[in-house]
Amino acid sequence: MNGTAAVEGFFDPEAQALLGSRCTGCGTYAFPAKQGLCPNPRCQSETHDVVPLSRRGKVWSYTSASYQPPPPYVPTDPFVPFAIVAVELEAEGLVVLGQAIASVGAEELSVGMEMEVVTDVLFTDDDGPKLVWKFQPVEATR
Amino acid sequence: MTDAKRIAVLGVGMHPWGKWGRNFVEYGVVAARAALADAGVEWTQVDLVAGADTIRNGYPGFIAGATFAQALGFTGARVSSSYAACASGAQAIANARAQILAGLSEVALVVGADTTPKGFFAPVGGNRTDDPDWLRFHLLGATNPTYFGLYARRRMERFGSTSEDFAQVKVKNARHGAANPNARYRKEVTIEEVLASPMVADPLHLQEICATSDGGAALILSSVAFAKAHGIQPLVTIDAVSTVTPVYPNTTIEMPNFATDSSATVALPPRSFRESITAAVYEEAGIGPEDLSMAEVYDLSTALELDWYEDLGLCGEGEAEQLLRSGATTIGGRIPVNPSGGLGSFGEAIPAQAIAQVVEAVLQLREQATGRQIANANVAITANQGLFGHGSSVLIRR
Repeated sequence: MNGTAAVEGFFDPEAQALLGSRCTGCGTYAFPAKQGLCPNPRCQSETHDVVPLSRRGKVWSYTSASYQPPPPYVPTDPFVPFAIVAVELEAEGLVVLGQAIASVGAEELSVGMEMEVVTDVLFTDDDGPKLVWKFQPVEATR
Repeated sequence: MTDAKRIAVLGVGMHPWGKWGRNFVEYGVVAARAALADAGVEWTQVDLVAGADTIRNGYPGFIAGATFAQALGFTGARVSSSYAACASGAQAIANARAQILAGLSEVALVVGADTTPKGFFAPVGGNRTDDPDWLRFHLLGATNPTYFGLYARRRMERFGSTSEDFAQVKVKNARHGAANPNARYRKEVTIEEVLASPMVADPLHLQEICATSDGGAALILSSVAFAKAHGIQPLVTIDAVSTVTPVYPNTTIEMPNFATDSSATVALPPRSFRESITAAVYEEAGIGPEDLSMAEVYDLSTALELDWYEDLGLCGEGEAEQLLRSGATTIGGRIPVNPSGGLGSFGEAIPAQAIAQVVEAVLQLREQATGRQIANANVAITANQGLFGHGSSVLIRR
């Protein structure tokens, strides 16, 4: 997909995967990736490996952005409501947030549904498309 | 409880909540002067001003203690200013309490006030790509109601809660708030009206999400010895204040985060963050939920009030809807919740809100809550939670 990441370091647009961190001391994960001291108070490690997180997970919960969010959100014109999903990544023990792709509204989601990370356009400005991670249902399990 | 751990509330005051559009300092001064008059204390007797900050009103908001002290006329009193998101007011109370208990202050003013913009709370301006609060708006369009919607949908999934259950919280609180002269919204509503209001963050409707308001609240606090020496009757005391932080790993997705902590390799704490906030205040006061006469909880959304019933131990997990439906949490019931009308009737004036919760508790315990009085109330609890690991609970007793 053409474009550049809307934020550096949160995801790999080519691999369509979120980038988290894994502490080299206690092994705990974090998203976005941690730098510096481990968030686990019983671990003194200050180094983390940046790792791609599981591309698939299950819906923990979901909601809708039915009203246009304020800046720095960059809305479409006219504003089109979208869904926001909290997805549980079992291996990492994380629940992560992302928008659902535009064609999947809140009414099409359910808790436990299997989702996968995809790269999509967040907005387009003078420099071209700005990319972000989004979630879409895994078709095979629908 | 011995007087070594408790402080007295001499006076309470508020500026009514609304969308007045004036300078926040004005609301704080009105609330402070009302609290002073209620306490029968002169401004010049106050030796500590503990302000709760607002981050939306420029420099004067960041140093609220000094701003209010100057607006009331600088007397040389000591000052503190606290920002702790929704728990800012409780941190100001905690500061004043610590200084009073240490013998460093005799009479303290705690005050918070805010002037809020219309619509969703937005992050502080600029292009701040290292601030999660800025990034969640930019990358996700995730507002505060986004998180409320996630919690509400999760509750429906886990416990079978319905939209009608959530709307019933608003119906109850609107009924309570209709009798409160300081509330912004003073109209009773029906379940049908709540569910007919526009969807904001599925499954929550506009009338189920707290508005942003202007308002101010203040307390005059002292040692118990001072209160007794001045013949304050009835004596209302603050017996415990909790301002604990979460324990890693916190497995609830909290504002403004993109993810929970990881549960993969580190053992979970025995309690969730919200449970730990109230557990700390119960432990400090040496009481339990069975001792409570009332609670003021942070109903940022209708569904969140139900979560609090369980986090306070008013009922077991998944039993909050049943407790609500039984009428137990309505005035006249076993354990009224949000007799003030709650955030649903007030809207949120962030730095004033945790103070306003204590104001309502004091009015109830003194039997001065005209039109919404709880019979024989003697122990009250407040609870709230905000961004970045902040939360608070205060235990007030007559």
